[in-house]
Amino acid sequence: MRTGKLKTNNSCLAWLFLGPSLLGFAFFYLLPFVAGFYYSLVDSPSSGNFVGIHNYTALLKNPSFLLALSNTAKFIVICVPLNMALSLGAALLLNRKIRGRNLFRTIFITPLIIPIASVVLVWQAFFDLNGVLNSLIHALGYQPVDWLKTDWSRVVILVVYLWKNIGYCMILFLAGLQNIPVEYYEAARIDGAGRFQEFFRITLVYLTPTTFFVFVISIINSFKVFRETYLIAGEYPQNSIYMLQHYMNNMFLALDYQKLTSAAFIMAAFIVAVVFLLFRAERKISKLIN
Amino acid sequence: MKSINKHKGHIKHSVRDRRLIAKAVHVGTLVLPAAFFLFPLILTFTNSFMSEQEIAVNYNAVTDKSLSSYNADVEALNSFARFEFIPDLVTLKQYYTVLIIKSPFLFMFWHSVFLTVPIVIGQTLVATLAAYAFAKFRFRGRNFLFFLYIVVMLMPFQVTLVPNYLIAGKLGLLNNNLSIIFPGIFGAFGVFLLKQYMEQIPDSYLEAAKVDGAGALQIFLKIIVPLSKSGIAALAVLVFIDNWNMVEQPLIFLQDAAKQPLSLYLSRIAAGEKGLAFAASALYMTPVLLSFLYAENYLLEGIRLSGIKG
Repeated sequence: MRTGKLKTNNSCLAWLFLGPSLLGFAFFYLLPFVAGFYYSLVDSPSSGNFVGIHNYTALLKNPSFLLALSNTAKFIVICVPLNMALSLGAALLLNRKIRGRNLFRTIFITPLIIPIASVVLVWQAFFDLNGVLNSLIHALGYQPVDWLKTDWSRVVILVVYLWKNIGYCMILFLAGLQNIPVEYYEAARIDGAGRFQEFFRITLVYLTPTTFFVFVISIINSFKVFRETYLIAGEYPQNSIYMLQHYMNNMFLALDYQKLTSAAFIMAAFIVAVVFLLFRAERKISKLIN
Repeated sequence: MKSINKHKGHIKHSVRDRRLIAKAVHVGTLVLPAAFFLFPLILTFTNSFMSEQEIAVNYNAVTDKSLSSYNADVEALNSFARFEFIPDLVTLKQYYTVLIIKSPFLFMFWHSVFLTVPIVIGQTLVATLAAYAFAKFRFRGRNFLFFLYIVVMLMPFQVTLVPNYLIAGKLGLLNNNLSIIFPGIFGAFGVFLLKQYMEQIPDSYLEAAKVDGAGALQIFLKIIVPLSKSGIAALAVLVFIDNWNMVEQPLIFLQDAAKQPLSLYLSRIAAGEKGLAFAASALYMTPVLLSFLYAENYLLEGIRLSGIKG
């Protein structure tokens, strides 16, 4: 972005404007962040004996943590590419002059704003063993599936995640698409490029920065799917959708702060690593494009 | 001559036809997902006007497990829930029950308001000030500090949960709205979003004001804030929606059920009281839906801004 050279050098003033935010941010986020790391290295918050990485090694042997970790990983591996592909598809469909374009756009972002708690009932009635989805399956002559109480519950959470997140990413892709100069396409057409070539050589290439951002957002939001899972399936859902956040929530209720903070920091390290790597890769690729 | 013209017309016609078909397919591929995206919302609103009996008939297969063959062989399944979009008889009984007979709903509605409104106002204020500093001043540690804001913004709530809980306990804020409002006000998202926005304001405007003798505060009030209005509105909408939906924070910090907001109340009544569940859900959605309809463009702007790199 434009960062002018003529910025005020008066840094005292800057700290004055920053002050309120920084104070609160330090007290409610940075301090807890550092404190959390400290708690993950001691035997209990009250006695505070330093135990090194003991909490982490203990955690890595804990079966429920490993279950939650592998579920979360599996979920991310499936949901993130799907979310990206579908929201890009929706953006491409909406990036034309078609009737009702704005209406479709509005409809696709509606799930983003609907509180999940208010549609839990609908999702439950939809996916229940005696639910609407199974009545359709039954009517077609197939075996109904117990969506919420078998491994199929992964599909439930996936559907709800996509329902909620496609709209946001679609808007990001739409903005990215609209930033690609029309001349690039015109030039390609003169060179005799087909539709597929246009898509892979121009659209996808120039969408790279957007795609990276959508990737990060999709991962971050995949952690938030806990809200949905919790409301639809409760504190102890079917084994295949027991996520890291369930584990942390339950450790909290069990007052096992060591396990919670170590799990939290494994998660935090993962997020920082992903974001860091992606931004480096993104910078390299945008240099290549230019 | 005539026949040639006719021929031309025919070609034009078939091309037009093909375009029309392509367009119809195009719109068709959008309609089905659109219906899927919207049905929970529509269903909730239409069913909120149904009588308790009608709801019972439609959903008994799900809510009343004793009636169904739950543990029996799957083959034996014979009753299923039904989604009915049009009530047999339109009644306001559910709304009457929710608003007048079952008072917890109204209490919890206000709990949600008391939690959300201070966060929206507070975060918008604090973030506008801080974003100005990040976007238009140069000071030591600026980039590092902004990086910290972003990292923390991306962290799941659970990462700082234990220390936050212990701090709230020490300050005597547990079971108190303030334990949620304070972290909400100082959330990093607002600073991030508004910095993106303010960086788009040309520095030349500020320079011109400075030449005219305006100080930093005057520049902030007379230039930055007026020019960032739509960014600030976008932030307010996004923060409102996010906090109106909050689930995790009250679950931990407000364990006293009488103090919890609507999100948790709804998840509890969902299974049991069919007679009011849909009306309660519809009422819960209404404030965000209205703010969405009113400020959709700001919301879109906010989403786009979050995707611009700083």
